[in-house]
Amino acid sequence: MALRRFDMEAGGDTFAFKPETEEKIAFWRGKYPADKQRSAVIPMLWLAQKDNQGWLSEPAMREVADRLEMPYIRVYEVATFYTMFRLQPVGKYHIQLCGTTPCQLRGAEKLKDVCQTEIGKQMFVTDDGRLSWEEVECLGACVNAPMVQVNDDYFEDLTPDSFSTILNKLKNGVEAHPGPQVDRINSAPEGGTAILTDPELFDGTRNKLGGLPNLPSAEPEPEPTAAGKPDESAPTNTQREVPQKENTGKTTLISKTESAEKDSGQSASSTDDED
Amino acid sequence: MSDDLFKLNVDGQDIEVPRHYTLMQACEEAGAEIPRFCYHERLSVAGNCRMCLVEWEGAPKPIASCAQTVGDMRPNRDGSAPNVRTKGAYVEKARNGVMEFLLINHPLDCPICDQGGECDLQDQAMAYGRAGSRFDENKRAVEDKYMGPLVKTIMNRCIQCTRCVRFAAEVAGVEELGMISRGENAEITTYLEKSLTSELSGNVIDLCPVGALTSKPYAFNARPWELRKTSSIDVMDAMGAAIRVDAKGDGVMRILPEVSEGINEEWLSDKSRFIWDGLARQRLDKPYIRENGKLRPATWGEAFASVKDALSAPAEKIGVVAGDLIEVEQAKAALDLFRSLGVQNTDCRPAGAQYGTDGVRERYILNGTLAGVEDADALLLIGTNPRMEAAVWNARIRKAWLWADLKVGRIGEAADLTYDHAWLGEGASALADIRNSDFGKILSDAKRPMIVVGEGALCGEDGAAVLANALDLANEIGAVTDGWAGFGVLHSAAGRVGALDVGFVPGEQGAATADILSGQMETVVLLGADEVDLSGIGAAKVIYVGSHGDAGASRADIILPSAAYTEMSATYVNTEGRVQMASRAVQPKGEAREGWAIFRALSDVMGKKLPYDTADALRADLRGPEGEATVFSGLGFAPGAMGVEALKAPMTGASTGLTTATFRPVFDDFYMTNPIARASKTMAECSALASALDTPVAAE
Repeated sequence: MALRRFDMEAGGDTFAFKPETEEKIAFWRGKYPADKQRSAVIPMLWLAQKDNQGWLSEPAMREVADRLEMPYIRVYEVATFYTMFRLQPVGKYHIQLCGTTPCQLRGAEKLKDVCQTEIGKQMFVTDDGRLSWEEVECLGACVNAPMVQVNDDYFEDLTPDSFSTILNKLKNGVEAHPGPQVDRINSAPEGGTAILTDPELFDGTRNKLGGLPNLPSAEPEPEPTAAGKPDESAPTNTQREVPQKENTGKTTLISKTESAEKDSGQSASSTDDED
Repeated sequence: MSDDLFKLNVDGQDIEVPRHYTLMQACEEAGAEIPRFCYHERLSVAGNCRMCLVEWEGAPKPIASCAQTVGDMRPNRDGSAPNVRTKGAYVEKARNGVMEFLLINHPLDCPICDQGGECDLQDQAMAYGRAGSRFDENKRAVEDKYMGPLVKTIMNRCIQCTRCVRFAAEVAGVEELGMISRGENAEITTYLEKSLTSELSGNVIDLCPVGALTSKPYAFNARPWELRKTSSIDVMDAMGAAIRVDAKGDGVMRILPEVSEGINEEWLSDKSRFIWDGLARQRLDKPYIRENGKLRPATWGEAFASVKDALSAPAEKIGVVAGDLIEVEQAKAALDLFRSLGVQNTDCRPAGAQYGTDGVRERYILNGTLAGVEDADALLLIGTNPRMEAAVWNARIRKAWLWADLKVGRIGEAADLTYDHAWLGEGASALADIRNSDFGKILSDAKRPMIVVGEGALCGEDGAAVLANALDLANEIGAVTDGWAGFGVLHSAAGRVGALDVGFVPGEQGAATADILSGQMETVVLLGADEVDLSGIGAAKVIYVGSHGDAGASRADIILPSAAYTEMSATYVNTEGRVQMASRAVQPKGEAREGWAIFRALSDVMGKKLPYDTADALRADLRGPEGEATVFSGLGFAPGAMGVEALKAPMTGASTGLTTATFRPVFDDFYMTNPIARASKTMAECSALASALDTPVAAE
């Protein structure tokens, strides 16, 4: 990791949050009491980075400091500490290539070579401004190694070929589909399920019970007559941050059975991937 | 064993310490010496250097003693007090390991490092370091940072103790220093390498346990072991901070603070610390006489002859003005001489000042004491900006504001004091309205309120009325009660209180400073008076007694060179009324003499021989008869609440006449307040930088 300094030239003199970001800012600041507003510094910097083409400029950092009434140096400390705050310009598609052990064992080194030939050095932005890359530590998708993160999306189970196809698509403005790039659903086995396929396993015939007591066909359980009621008071955070992403683009799944069920599971888990 | 005491066993010795003590304090109580880098008594605990490791029997690993509160320690299984060992193979091994890591990236440049000889790392490496390095990789390299004209940085040497960061944030109150990046790339820097804007920035040099932050003006000038060290008193402001003057040959090489809990704790303002190059420049080293419009060097004999000539004017046409840095001995000798000549026009106060003439000492000293502000719960500053006038005391006010919830209100021009304060107005009218304001409520509710009046409020037309009103207010809100004298004057000049104490004010029918300098006099004697306006002095013959060629000397007809504060043993009285002695660290320049000796010699020439031949005899005269308590009979003692009775009496006939005029700031430029500072290149650099900065003024 090289020295991290603001690119003062590219940062210009001014920065302003986008109007639509204000709501998110209010949400994050609302989480902390009035005298502890500086706790919101990391989400604020993150929002500033999003509003500044994916990197944090010096004026953007100052804007955050001014809003939270923090000394610049205190925000500067935070911004330089966390490597996910990028202090230099990045391409429209910024590729974070996981180089940690599992990915490395599964061929991340070769992906790095692809980046080097297709894009250039780390943190170098291509002339058309579309691509840049950096090596990062584990992104938590080891089961789909090797993988990269492009802006907010994971591209998994890559090979040098599939990766360079994706790069070319991104470069030429063709839509690339995130997710595993091989024949599998999420982290399910490649080529479809190979074990535990026997329906007998699931209808109770295998253990000679003649049926499972809690199968949908069984007698419905009586409604629980609990003495207490679930807490119906309003949650502390009335304004939940709703991810802006539409849920339609789940085309990552290679068409298989039970896709509806998978979809619902996916959307539930994807509420957190804003971070 | 009482509830708030905790028993533990340190190195086989049973001790009992308060529960809130850290383990390090407890070990020191037991007489053990604990090495440390990041820990500092006056800063918050960081616990990041790990040098203070000790063994706690039963604990799985060594304990960083600076960050372990004893009250949180478990007793042994049998219920006996926990056993702690600060020596032995286990502790040695742990500390050796820490030291090896600290030295991995520390350059081996002690021979060219200014910290060499007084370096914590060097000293402790002697005890805990290895003979050689096992580290085969390259050491990390860090860019040096710009931190202004006072602090030189060699960041390769930094061990990331963050003392400087904590000092800037906690004591100085300017959050400009920080540690950026992380891990091996961590670096200490100011934001985008801007210069520090604190008047206390020089203290980070003392705090730095290694040679990363060193003094820029002192760089490569001397080695600590070749310096002659003299404990003395600072005269850059009226606090009288304890300093150590380090000299080599006849030059002052640097000035460092000494610990003085009642006054400066262990801090020193940049002006006091970096003034020393001014002591070697613009010096008056021989008497001068003006002939045909030009000053020519003369002998003392010639000079005295011309002085005698000039003093042959009628006594009511002779005026004497004492300057800001005058020592008590000189004030006394000069006053004795001129009174014996019948001169009543004597004054030591700035033009227009309206205090100090009624003979009540409590009305011109800071009765509440400098340390007393830590006991106060509300503080009203009237016409004073302590950040400019007593920078180190400002840090103490900040400390009380930060840790003890002191409420501060201020009347005067808007200024950033480094802490939140209620800004009540710019002039005396705010004082008249204060009872109806929110802060007036805070003051009257306070248990130990304190009111401090500055010279800025006392030098206007309504100075006496401001003082009387402030005193009335103090009595009204309970700032003056038995055991608590929360009323006082914060002076800006080191010599003022001492000169007032010897009575250096206009005698009967005598003129004050403004009149003396208004052109009515035939002869004007300036005792180092350079801060006064000399433009209206007219055709008067000017005799200047002082150490530096400044405003007074350039107008003078006769110059008598005197010693500066590092060149004589002299008495100063600080703003609290504390009598202190400065010591001679170097010889006076050339033919310069101590101020009192000049007037003793002159008295002989004038035929009015003063009754003391030595400085000791003069001081004995000052102290008065044996066994009688006088102002000068005790050293290092602030009267504080002893003056309560005198404060309870209202000032007669002065309480009316508040005007709507605004208080003027005492100083326009913190770095240029006296002749020594104006002679200093370092101060000139600081001043230029400070005026270039567009410092936003925050009034909260």
